[in-house]
Amino acid sequence: MINVRIPTPLRPLTKGQGEVTAQAKSIAEMIETLNASHPGIKSRLCDETGELRRFVNIYVNEEDIRFLKGKETSLKDGDEVSIVPAIAGGSSCRT
Amino acid sequence: MELTEPQIQRYSRQIILSEVGGKGQMKLSKARVLLIGAGGLGSPAGLYLAAAGVGTIGLVDSDIVDLSNLQRQILHSTATVGMPKVESGRKTLTAINPEITVNTYHQLVDADNILQLFKEYDMVLDGSDNFSTRFLVNDACFFAKKTLISASMFRFEGQLTTIKPHAGYPCYRCLYPEPPPAGLVPNCQEAGVLGALAGTMGILQASEAIKEILGIGETMADRLLIYDALEMKFRKVRRPKDPACRLCGPTPTITNLSSDYTVTCTI
Repeated sequence: MINVRIPTPLRPLTKGQGEVTAQAKSIAEMIETLNASHPGIKSRLCDETGELRRFVNIYVNEEDIRFLKGKETSLKDGDEVSIVPAIAGGSSCRT
Repeated sequence: MELTEPQIQRYSRQIILSEVGGKGQMKLSKARVLLIGAGGLGSPAGLYLAAAGVGTIGLVDSDIVDLSNLQRQILHSTATVGMPKVESGRKTLTAINPEITVNTYHQLVDADNILQLFKEYDMVLDGSDNFSTRFLVNDACFFAKKTLISASMFRFEGQLTTIKPHAGYPCYRCLYPEPPPAGLVPNCQEAGVLGALAGTMGILQASEAIKEILGIGETMADRLLIYDALEMKFRKVRRPKDPACRLCGPTPTITNLSSDYTVTCTI
């Protein structure tokens, strides 16, 4: 089982849960599994061509998968996956 | 230049730290730090930098103080509602420490003025509220070789990292190559933010800035810190240099500030 940390902006899709579990052998498989249980999550992580979006990072334990094997990065039992999107807030929040 | 008696008294609790000492205090008093945004992050960061005796602090912000800011922007007060944030900020910072210089810039930062603004400073703290400014500040810091302490937040979650590609570390684009397109990320007015989270992240920024000035401790330049206030969890992940980075990689395609930095983060 893999533990997946869900960032605040995606929690509406996981009913507010900050951590969910998934059974998967790779990141690609994990995304499909997550999307089955939490529909809509895949389109937040991947663009229309299925590539990971450039402003969302996925870490396996402490490592960014862009510097491993991307979506083909393999997972093993007990791995902690973190989804970390770019966030911009800090100051006065003008629109 | 030597420390005066009142200075030794004012800073005694940090001068007695062996990592600081009189020498470190002099480094702080010679340091020149520019805060981008005098809001949720710039407020706590500015207060601690001023209190620690950072000699020159620049505040750049185009906004005026609004009642809805006061929940988290602790540089400002009910009495300064309606005043430019940089003015309100200067009053607060100089009240805490009249020995420092506070420069104010009541303006937006853009590609035309940012490098000129940076000239007077050795370090930049980004507490801005939008992606266009964040990418512009990153790129300008890269070209001007300024150390950047970047923090951001969203609802109950914050991120922090130190950016100094001039010392061989990755830049912000190595972490996030591109800003999100309009519509995919809500802005913070819609999302809300916990005031105390702004405090935590801004103070972490001040702490990292002081470490970089003094050259002590572990740098955050190859790490990203993620703080989840609801779960009370701090996590650190590795932040490698991207060999394909368009800015700081070996074959850059961004070679000046002429790219389009306009990104809207509203839905």
